[in-house]
Amino acid sequence: MAELRAIKTPAEQALTAAYETARGKLPGAAALRAGAFKQFERQGLPNRRVEEWKYTDLRALMREAYPLAAPPDAAAKARAKDAGRLLAGVDCRRLVFVDGVFVPELSDLVEESGLTIGSLAAQLSASDPQLAADLGKTIETDDVAIALNSALMGDGAVIHVAAGTALKRPIQLVFASSGGSASSAFVRSLVEIENNAKVTLIETHEGGADQINAVLELKAGDDASVDYIKTTQTQGLHIGSLLAEIGANAVFNSFAFNAEARIVRNQMFVHFAGEGTKAGIRGVTLARGKDHVDTTLFIDHAVGHCESREQFRSVLDDESRGVFQGKIVVRAHAQKTDAKMMTRALLLSEDAEADNKPELEIFADDVVCGHGATTSAPSEELKFYLRSRGIPEPEAEALLVQAFVGEAIEEIGHEGIRQALMIAALKWLGARS
Amino acid sequence: MALLEVKNLHVEVEGKKILNGLNLTVEKGQVAAIMGPNGSGKSTLAYVLAGKDSYVVTEGEVKLDGENILKMAPDERAAKGLFLAFQYPVEVPGVATMTFLRTALNAQRKARGQSELSTPEFIKRVRETAGHLGIDQEMLRRAVNVGFSGGEKKRNEILQMAVLAPRLSVLDETDSGLDIDALKIVADGVNRLRSPDRSMIVITHYQRLLNYIVPDVVHVMAKGRVVKTGGKELALELEAKGYAQFQEEEAA
Repeated sequence: MAELRAIKTPAEQALTAAYETARGKLPGAAALRAGAFKQFERQGLPNRRVEEWKYTDLRALMREAYPLAAPPDAAAKARAKDAGRLLAGVDCRRLVFVDGVFVPELSDLVEESGLTIGSLAAQLSASDPQLAADLGKTIETDDVAIALNSALMGDGAVIHVAAGTALKRPIQLVFASSGGSASSAFVRSLVEIENNAKVTLIETHEGGADQINAVLELKAGDDASVDYIKTTQTQGLHIGSLLAEIGANAVFNSFAFNAEARIVRNQMFVHFAGEGTKAGIRGVTLARGKDHVDTTLFIDHAVGHCESREQFRSVLDDESRGVFQGKIVVRAHAQKTDAKMMTRALLLSEDAEADNKPELEIFADDVVCGHGATTSAPSEELKFYLRSRGIPEPEAEALLVQAFVGEAIEEIGHEGIRQALMIAALKWLGARS
Repeated sequence: MALLEVKNLHVEVEGKKILNGLNLTVEKGQVAAIMGPNGSGKSTLAYVLAGKDSYVVTEGEVKLDGENILKMAPDERAAKGLFLAFQYPVEVPGVATMTFLRTALNAQRKARGQSELSTPEFIKRVRETAGHLGIDQEMLRRAVNVGFSGGEKKRNEILQMAVLAPRLSVLDETDSGLDIDALKIVADGVNRLRSPDRSMIVITHYQRLLNYIVPDVVHVMAKGRVVKTGGKELALELEAKGYAQFQEEEAA
C-alpha cells in the first residue's frame, strides 16, 4: 500500500501479458529483460504528466498494444521483398528485417574487410559475452519506451566496423512490415564504429498498421566519421530511440526524415564523450491528415570543445501535429562548447499544430549556445512576390514549401540520399491538392 | 494608343483612403515618371497595379491594352505583361534565382499559350542580361536576393524585368538606396529595354534618376491624385521648388 498507482490501461495490461507469455521464448538477456520490465511496471506507459512525453501521451495514443508479431513466413517475406524503395536508387548494403526479424536471404551479406554483421537474436541466443556486456550500456536512461524495448526486444542488427575502415557503401537497415495482422515488434540494434572508421548508416522503417519500438545503440570512436540517416513511414505507431556515444575529434551527422508517418516519436540521445567533435543533428517532417510526429532530443555536451548544430524543419498540413523538444545540456567542465539549435515549422492549415520546447541547461561559463524557433504560415509577402512574376498561387506556395524543405535536405552529405529524399519530399508535396 | 488607362481610381488600405480619383494614361512606348512627396500614394499605385491583396479598390478602373485588370490575380496580370520592380525586393530562401526566373517565365508563357523556352535559349537570355547588369553566375545560383546588398537586389529586379520582357514595367523607387555607380548600371539596364512597344512608369522621389532614365512625360502626384503633368523639365522645376506648392494647392 506504500505506492499509489494508476489503474493499468488495456495497453499496459496487454504489454504485461505479452511479456509474461513471451519471456520464456525471447532470446537471452533474462536479467536485463526482467529489470527493464520491472521499470515498466513501476512507471507504466509515458503520459502527459511525464515532462519528456508531455505532447505524446502514449496512454492516449496507444489505445491497445498489439501482440508480438509472429516470425515472418515465406508469404510475409515475399510481401516485404521490395522494401526500402524510398532509397531504392542508392547503392547500399541492405540488411532486411521483416516484422522485426532478420531475413538473411533478403539481405546483402557479401563480405567486406573490417565489417562484421550479426543478428541480435542469434547472438543473444548464443549468450555472446561481448553483446551482454555492451547491451543497454551506450547511454543509461530511465526512459520507459527504451525499458519496454529492453524487456521485449526480439531481433536487430549487430554491426562492428573495425578501426580505420572506410566502408565502400552505406549500410541500410530496412525494417519492413509484411502488412499482415496488427502486430508489434521490438527491434534493437547495436552498431560499434571504431576509431577512425568512416560509415554511412541508414535506418529505414516502412511500417504498416503495426506498432514498432526500435532502439539503436551507436558507438562511434575517436576520429570516426558517421553519417546516420533515418527514414520513418508508418500507418501505425513508431517509437524510435537513438542512443549515441561519440568519441573525440569525430564527425557525426544525422538526418531524420518523416513523411507518411502516422504516429511517430523519434527520440535521440547523443552523448559527447571526447573533445573536438562536430555533430549536425537535423531532420525534416512532412505531416498531414492526423499525423503526429514528435522529435525529442537529449544532447549531452559532457566534454568541452565540441560543436553541435540541431536543425529541424516541419511542414504541417490538415490537422497534423509536429512536436519538437530539444534539450541540450552543457556540463560544468564542458568549456568552449558551441551549440546552436533551430527549429522551424511551416503551417499549411489553420488546424495544424506545432509544439516547440527548446531547453538549454548550461553549467559551464565559457560557451556559445543558442536556440531559436519559428512557426508560421507561408509568407504572404513572398507569395505576392512570386505571383507578381507570373507564378500562380498554388505553384508559388509549392515552390516556397519545396524551398523550405530543400534547404534542410541540402545539408545531407551523400548525394544519392539527398536526391532520393528530395524526390520523396516532392512526391509528398505533389500529393497535396 | 494608350497601353495603360487609369480612370478615377479610389483605393483604401486598412480602411484609410490613399488614392482619391487618380487618372493616368501611359502611351505605348512611353516612359512616364511619377514624382511626388512622401505619402502621396505613389507606391500604393504601384501595388494596386500589381494586384496586392490588402489594397482595396473602391471605385474606378484600370485598363491594360483595353482590358480591365482589376479582377485579375497578380500572376494573370504578370502574364498580360505587367511587371513591378519592388522598392524593397524580398528574399526568397531556398529558391535559386535561375529556378525562380525559369518558373516565372514558363508560367507566363503557359498562361499566354506559348511553349516553354528551351533551356539553352533561356540560359543564353539570362546570362546575356546578367552580364550587362554586372550580375555574376554565382549570384544566379544563389537563392533569390538572400544575402544580396541593396544594390544587388535592385539589379536583380532589373534582370527579372529584362528576362520577362513585360509590356508595362512599374519601377517603384528603384533608385532608393543606390550609390551613383549602381544607379548608372540600373538605369542602363532599363534604357536597354526601351522600345516603341514597351512602356514604363518610373516612380521616384528625386530628379536624380531622371538624368539617367530620361522620361517622355512627368506626372506629379499629391494626396492620391495626379495633380500636374508636363515634360521632363517639370522634374527639374520640382527639384528646384520642392513639392510644397502642390500640397498647398490641394489644401486651398
